[in-house]
Amino acid sequence: MLDFPRWKIWAVSLTVAIGILFAIPSLVAGTALGERWPSWLPSARISLGLDLSGGSQLLLEADTADAAKQRLAAMEDTVATELRRGTPRIEIGDISTSGGRLAFMVRDPTKVDAAVERLRTLTQPVGLTGSRDWDVSVVDSTRIVLTPTRSGSAKALKDAMTVARDVVRRRIDPQGTKEVTVINQGDRRILVQVPGVEDPEALKALIGQTARLEFKLVDLTADPEQVAAGRAPPGSQILPLADGTGAMAVKRRVMVSGDQLTDAKQSFDQDGQPVVSITFNSAGARRFGRVTQENVNKPFAIILDEKILSAPNINEPILGGQAQISGGFTIETANQLAISLASGKLPVKLNVIEERTVGPELGKDSIQKGTIASIVATFAVILFMLVTYGRFGVYATVGLIVNALMILGIMAIFGSALTLPGIAGFVLTIGAAVDANVLINERIREEQRRGRKILDAIETGYREASTAIFDANITNVIAAALMWYFGSGPIRGFAVVLMIGILTSVFTAVNFTRMLVALWIRRKRPKVLHI
Amino acid sequence: MKLLKLVPDNTNIDFMRWRNLALVLSIIATVASLVLVGVKGLNLGVDFVGGQMIRTTFAQPIDVDQLRSRVGGLGLGDASIQETGGPTTYQLRLPKPEGGEAAANRAASRVRAMLEQQYPGARVDAVETVSGKVSEELALDGALAITLAMLGIAIYIWFRFEWQFGVGALVTLFHDVSMIFGFFAVTQFQVDLNIVAAFLAIVGYSLNDTVVIYDRIRENLRKYRKMGIIPLLNLSLNETLSRTIVTSLSIMLALAMLLIFGPDVIFGLTLAILLGTFIGTYSSIYISAPMLTWLGLKPDSFLQLDEKNIPGPQEA
Repeated sequence: MLDFPRWKIWAVSLTVAIGILFAIPSLVAGTALGERWPSWLPSARISLGLDLSGGSQLLLEADTADAAKQRLAAMEDTVATELRRGTPRIEIGDISTSGGRLAFMVRDPTKVDAAVERLRTLTQPVGLTGSRDWDVSVVDSTRIVLTPTRSGSAKALKDAMTVARDVVRRRIDPQGTKEVTVINQGDRRILVQVPGVEDPEALKALIGQTARLEFKLVDLTADPEQVAAGRAPPGSQILPLADGTGAMAVKRRVMVSGDQLTDAKQSFDQDGQPVVSITFNSAGARRFGRVTQENVNKPFAIILDEKILSAPNINEPILGGQAQISGGFTIETANQLAISLASGKLPVKLNVIEERTVGPELGKDSIQKGTIASIVATFAVILFMLVTYGRFGVYATVGLIVNALMILGIMAIFGSALTLPGIAGFVLTIGAAVDANVLINERIREEQRRGRKILDAIETGYREASTAIFDANITNVIAAALMWYFGSGPIRGFAVVLMIGILTSVFTAVNFTRMLVALWIRRKRPKVLHI
Repeated sequence: MKLLKLVPDNTNIDFMRWRNLALVLSIIATVASLVLVGVKGLNLGVDFVGGQMIRTTFAQPIDVDQLRSRVGGLGLGDASIQETGGPTTYQLRLPKPEGGEAAANRAASRVRAMLEQQYPGARVDAVETVSGKVSEELALDGALAITLAMLGIAIYIWFRFEWQFGVGALVTLFHDVSMIFGFFAVTQFQVDLNIVAAFLAIVGYSLNDTVVIYDRIRENLRKYRKMGIIPLLNLSLNETLSRTIVTSLSIMLALAMLLIFGPDVIFGLTLAILLGTFIGTYSSIYISAPMLTWLGLKPDSFLQLDEKNIPGPQEA
């Protein structure tokens, strides 16, 4: 028992001191830390979960059907370009996209093999198994069918989700200054947390738009009756108007797309209506100039997410790479569209499947009440320990306070967020933290009753209690670990506090209070032990 | 200074004498709890059934019937209104509106607008919208976490002790968890995600006492090889009684403070853990320990184990 070497005293003291040092910034309110706190000391505070800080949380899920559709459309484009425009040219019939596959006829049967050969070069290997992202096969000797493979689709979704995460972040936080959390969760979800936002509507408006911008020529040959019936002439498609007043036939071919933008801003047109001003990159500007030059006096449809915003007439070629999009915007919607366009299109449509918003008042109230409850609970337990164990209660108390501070310090070090259930976890830990000391003290009492001398009783008490302390805490670790694994946000906060609390309480009981006891005995050599 | 001794030294309470009575009572209570859950059901929050929850604080006490008819007038389906935590704090529950996400947004905005218009000074504290898909996952994950925690702990105890101890722990956990479910069925407190945390905390902490008692039983089995199993259990329970009482009181004291002074939002969670600690203390004495005799633990159970593990002289 007295055998407490100097290095161990230093190690234990140092650990405790570091834990407390890291806890201090979290305990001092606001600016009180101020200039007297040297800058080389830790200044990280415990971060608060959304349920305490207030703010909005959205869980987004990829619309996988939409993702598959988009991937098919992109491949259709690639195939058409490669075969019809590549050299040597291979004539093919219309490409069908039904059933989630691409299928088309090769006009010259002798070129089927060459076509397959060239299509194969368009596919990419996936993983190490040698499989590719598209399966190319020939049916009835002249029909080529491209089927997306499972691993190819999975990889495409994974890539899309990574891009989507970055796009979402850029849209919510264009300057990169806010404390937003945007992380992928599972293989098709994105979790978004924005502290301080009370009304998530604007947030959702930003994320809800895929923001796929396309410019297509209006098909002037289309018969209005056929358009109304939803039948498009070959090479064209029917798209609804964004204001819901009808539909229009446009050529399928994308003349210019939003991928070639460098910037988008909200501004006003000459009539004072809100519009979005866009700037193309050099390739986009050239292309936009050429298209408008070739189609002067024809209407040009501006399409956003498969809806026609407007179809203004091309009065003159637009050569500077600048254009305005009008479409009955308010300043707010124009601004949202500008942000969405500037941040790039979402590679996949995202749906909100869970939404939680907490007002700042509720969080403030919870923190205040939680702090009071934690302090009162700590004092209640301290008082209880003092009247039950006397001097050894003082050790338990010092251990308890050190324990509480170390929990806060470790949470600040790891940046784990304190949540509302976390407060309950903290108070529970305060109550349970003395358990290790109780086990030890009760054992010492017992050993004394059995007639052991003071030193011997303390020694045996610490030794015999250790297996019970270990086993009893393992059960909590198991529960907390599962809670962490299966739980989301607030529950994880609870689990983290429990786990840290278990670690620190065992440490303080087994090392720290033991050290205090050893030092006391070494100094005083007591003859009787009141416990 | 005279120290407080909640439990006098050298108690010799014959706990095991009441074990059959306690067993009958526990079985009745457990079955009653499960029946109550079946009959009355649980008040599941939007986390587990989907839908929309709006928590709001009014500037002054309001007429609930009037609020109900005003919310009903919005035509958003069957709304339920519950007072939470005080006379001015209410929770509105709306079913998930048909028509997906856009409809849900509109519903929340309309309720918000109505509240701001009809009740000046009203504050919307929280809005939660959970889709059916997510709520199913959350419910499944919660159930899985609780089940795995129970099994995990039982398996750990089986490895550390003997199979009888593992089974005893599992039965104890089942008993405690059933009772807490019964508590939520009776009180109709809302069961939300936070309550899963409460259940897991109970699973961890209710076994705390059990493990300490098992540890002492194992120690005494090795020490007193001639003692009968019933006196040995009684001895172990008495030796650990003081610790059991002190630790449980300390935990309950801390939680009681949280119950009185803490945030209203975690009242249900705190009360559940408090109750769980109490039940856990009872069951560690009257379920965990007697289970060992019913499962046929013999005084020489650990003797065989020791002889198996420690190589005898003939092997050396």
